[in-house]
Amino acid sequence: MSQTLIVEIPAGGHSKRRRRRRTVERSRQRFGYLFVSPFMLVFAAFLIVPLIYAFWMSLHTKTLALGEHFTGLDNYAQAFSDPQFLHGVSFVVRFSLVLIPVQMLVSLVVALVLDTLTDRLARFARLMIFVPYAVPVVIGAMMWGFLYSPRFGPLADIFGVFGAEAPFPLSPDNVFAGLLNVVTWQWAGYYMIIIYAALRAIDPSVYEAARMDGANGRQIAVRIKVPMISSALVLILVFALIGTLQFFTEPQILRSVAAGSIDAAFTPNIYAFTTAFSYAQFNYASAISFALGAVVFVGSYLFLFLTRKKSGLT
Amino acid sequence: MALNLAEAEPNTPDAPARRPGGRARKGGRGPGARRPIGAHAFLIVLVLYFALPLWWLVVASTKDIGGLFAGDGGPLWFDSEFHLIDNIRQLSTQSNGLFWRWLGNSFLYALAGGTGATVFAILGGYGFAKYRFRGRNLLFAVVLGSVMVPMTALVIPTFMLLSRLGLTNTIWAVILPSLLSPFGVYLMRVYTQDAVPDELLDAARVDGAGDLRTFFHVALPLLRPAIVTVLLLATVGTWNNYFLPLAMLSDTDLLPITVGLGGWQAQSQMGASGTQVWNLVVTGALISIIPLIVSFLALQKYWQGGLSMGSLK
Repeated sequence: MSQTLIVEIPAGGHSKRRRRRRTVERSRQRFGYLFVSPFMLVFAAFLIVPLIYAFWMSLHTKTLALGEHFTGLDNYAQAFSDPQFLHGVSFVVRFSLVLIPVQMLVSLVVALVLDTLTDRLARFARLMIFVPYAVPVVIGAMMWGFLYSPRFGPLADIFGVFGAEAPFPLSPDNVFAGLLNVVTWQWAGYYMIIIYAALRAIDPSVYEAARMDGANGRQIAVRIKVPMISSALVLILVFALIGTLQFFTEPQILRSVAAGSIDAAFTPNIYAFTTAFSYAQFNYASAISFALGAVVFVGSYLFLFLTRKKSGLT
Repeated sequence: MALNLAEAEPNTPDAPARRPGGRARKGGRGPGARRPIGAHAFLIVLVLYFALPLWWLVVASTKDIGGLFAGDGGPLWFDSEFHLIDNIRQLSTQSNGLFWRWLGNSFLYALAGGTGATVFAILGGYGFAKYRFRGRNLLFAVVLGSVMVPMTALVIPTFMLLSRLGLTNTIWAVILPSLLSPFGVYLMRVYTQDAVPDELLDAARVDGAGDLRTFFHVALPLLRPAIVTVLLLATVGTWNNYFLPLAMLSDTDLLPITVGLGGWQAQSQMGASGTQVWNLVVTGALISIIPLIVSFLALQKYWQGGLSMGSLK
């Protein structure tokens, strides 16, 4: 193969020929446009244009008297002084701060345990823990809604054994924990698989060396394995953050069974959805969507920038 | 969580990434064959937790409405009556078999959106990985940055744009936005860089193959694992999508299964007992998750490596 290449390269000195080759080469590189253009078209139509349109909409307001007219940043000023919007933002931020560490810890510990085992139980457990990822979020939320339900669920029976009254995990006091459980159940397996695959890719001779130096299993896990998979951890963290800040499906599905503890402004996305489709305030909804999108984008970009050495996303 | 990480050494390497002979069981660590009981107990507890809702679903789908509320088997065990067949039959007659229509819609949206997104991702990833055209780095940086744009923020403006074109409440309103998969392009680019050597492409060209021919006959076969992963992720993403179809579609005949069942559930919660279809929600949920679970189990060896592609660099 390399021989053919050598033959192809001109013996040197023929600058005219070389220049022609370079032009040919450059025109060949234009094939790149052919390959990326279908995707870039979709990208422009369903990402760039909607973003610009959302921004444009958010700068306008529609009233009966004036129609749609330019109002500058008024919608944003309204959003950031709207207690309902701020309440939703504060919920998703608090939720992320608790959820992400819990989820990552669970998936990391499980992956570390699975990495040390190769028996049948471990293989079975790996699959079972991953299976919730293959269940649509809607169905996952619904199932937990049933399990939580005082009418259908097993909680009353379980607590009845101890003579205690079963808590309702979707009551206003418990809804935070109730949702935390649903989301962890749904996603921990997916993150676990990513971490597990990263662990399997480590060269095991590293462990041998550590063992020679007298490290035990736990020290190897904490001091060697975890640092070596930090890029996978950073990636998961960013995905989890992006996903949690746009929290929508689970609370939306559980709303009907939560008896009032999930309202129409529970998360920013639910609020944007209600504002747009129940109240037809598309301009204000655009401002909320755009503000949320901008916050998520800037936040995760900054995070990746700060950790860029670890994430490898350059 | 003092798990037996030390004792629990693997004796049969199973993953391909594990180099042979890497971690042989070492003698001299106590009585060599101690079983990792702590780790096993931990895993069993986890399996029970993760399987609990699915077990409940399987059990509940064999009950009628009365059984769901007050069955003699309790919520986590079968009743003395078995209604699974009745439930499926009722599911097929409810609103003239609307459930199967929803399932068909989900298949259509997921396959059309997933296949389209994968094709674009393969072409785009290959173009970004193997050509040095003007503006490549800028374009790719924009694409990579867009992975961090929350997709739900795009739903409302996309709805408004498509409604101007008269496309809302049609299948296109769900399929077209699902074709967008910046992360798929990123994965394909990373994978192409590693799996398709430049020398191989040059050799094909020297042998007289054009760029398209080189792509189809030389590069494409090498990309198969990544293609399966991206296809699976894109298809599942579309199948699971809830916000987009919820916003775009109002005709019940066009709904995918997620939005349809969500509607039945809300209706059962709100409605009078005559309109309650709890048993259908449960049985429908069970049937609708089977295709995905089966495809994940069947394609295990592809996605288990593929999912981590983006993070292994």
